[in-house]
Amino acid sequence: MTPLEIQHIRTDFPILTEKIYNKPLIYFDNAATTQKPKAVLDRIVYGYEHLNGNIHRGVHFLSQKATEAHEEARKFVASYINAASSDEIIFTRGTTEAINLVAFSYGEYACSEGDEIVISVMEHHSNIVPWQMLCERKGMKLRIIPINEKGELNPDVFRSLINTRTKLVAITHVSNVLGTINPVKEIIKAAHAGHVPILIDGAQAIPHIKVDMQDLDADFYVFSGHKVYAPTGIGVLYGKREWLEKIPPYQGGGEMIQTVTFEKTTYNELPFKFEAGTPDYIGSTALAEALKYMEKIGIERIAAYEKELTEYATKRLMEITGMRIIGTSDRKSAVISFLVGDIHPYDIGMLLDKLGIAVRTGHHCAQPLIDSLGIPGTVRASFSFYNTKEEVDTFIEALKRVVGMLG
Amino acid sequence: MTINEIQDQIIADFSQFDDWMDKYALLIDLGNSLEPLDEKFKIPQNIIEGCQSRVWLNASMADGKVIYEGESDAVLVKGIVSLLIQVLSGHTPEEIVDTELYFIDSIGLKEHLSPTRSNGLLAMVKQMKMYALVYKIKGE
Repeated sequence: MTPLEIQHIRTDFPILTEKIYNKPLIYFDNAATTQKPKAVLDRIVYGYEHLNGNIHRGVHFLSQKATEAHEEARKFVASYINAASSDEIIFTRGTTEAINLVAFSYGEYACSEGDEIVISVMEHHSNIVPWQMLCERKGMKLRIIPINEKGELNPDVFRSLINTRTKLVAITHVSNVLGTINPVKEIIKAAHAGHVPILIDGAQAIPHIKVDMQDLDADFYVFSGHKVYAPTGIGVLYGKREWLEKIPPYQGGGEMIQTVTFEKTTYNELPFKFEAGTPDYIGSTALAEALKYMEKIGIERIAAYEKELTEYATKRLMEITGMRIIGTSDRKSAVISFLVGDIHPYDIGMLLDKLGIAVRTGHHCAQPLIDSLGIPGTVRASFSFYNTKEEVDTFIEALKRVVGMLG
Repeated sequence: MTINEIQDQIIADFSQFDDWMDKYALLIDLGNSLEPLDEKFKIPQNIIEGCQSRVWLNASMADGKVIYEGESDAVLVKGIVSLLIQVLSGHTPEEIVDTELYFIDSIGLKEHLSPTRSNGLLAMVKQMKMYALVYKIKGE
């Protein structure tokens, strides 16, 4: 992508012209949430101005149109990740809800006392706590895959953790702290070799990597809209049909039923069985719009540019004395976690903020990982295709100033 | 000096700077010059756990006055801890309980006390007042 093209892309994102404390915003917190292009914002407004009627049960025009838009969005998401069918796409509030859904429904279906769930040390709390809750409910055990000094999972240790009691593997595709892109295809194969289904947390992968459900063969794949240029409150659970048909519903309510009597309720077919209540049908269409926007730019080009930007930022960060980058895998996403000397991440983050630069500090909702590294947290800069090398330069100068003040 | 006189003095010290970075430089100085908390007080019941940084607070009574000591792992937080100790330590429980801490707002550091920052400072202020309240009740 040329600098001119990036400049053009930046004009699609209204928030990027904001001033923070009178300084131009430099937004390097994209792993927490991404900014929204005009096309997505317009789609939300258009939905409420022209297509708003509660879906799936109305006979009137607006209800029909809103239903069509919601179902079109589902089809688009299905084709974007190459699912076998749009019935395998369940709209959720986000990654967290999607994981909780699987932890509850699959847990009810398949798990009992003494069984085990395998996760890794680099998981986000949202891919730890739901499994812990399941383990507590059923008297099960969590098994943890460790990482090496570069921040990579060891597939051999992983294989050794799989046994006849293993009921599910739940692993992140990309670490939100280390940036490591896990070899999920290999891990999925290994899980399947042990006849264990696997859930992949794709929250940090979808914005940066092309994911293909047929190629990956994951049983469940989950992600959030807001990390991929769509609004908050919408996310996706992809599940293989065979699983979604077997496991019980997560929540009860309207929409997910076939017939209700006080004696017995029969459930609706897929995907509606898992979408109790009025879904976010405006959010779903905005999510499809965001994915279309990315497709228009081209995910391979996005990935290549973000890689270039991340490598450039890494190189420049290394100019700073005492710089320690946390997560040095050769296969990394657009995330750089770092520490400088013994300066606390909070101090760096607060001062960078005053200079108009948004980074994240702390444990990034991955406390077990941070504890295992024996550090108080990290400063994390995470990039998007709308960020520029000039912004990286400004960030480096600001960081040098801040480190000078604190050091 | 009364608690409010100290607060006013701090406001005056900070008001000489227009630039944010200068105010922060002062805060960093304060943080760096805060007497480290004796290791024997760095015990679990003295920790105020924030999401971003942690704060230790110890309180004791001497000659009818509350003595606060504290520390944090982040220097900016330590700077504010230093200010809070400067303002509240060495006063009677009654004075502390009745105090309104207006200096933080005035010097523009209120955001550090926002619950969303989750750096443990808001809980520390509450804890300081709580200690004073307990000493006050004990003394009555």
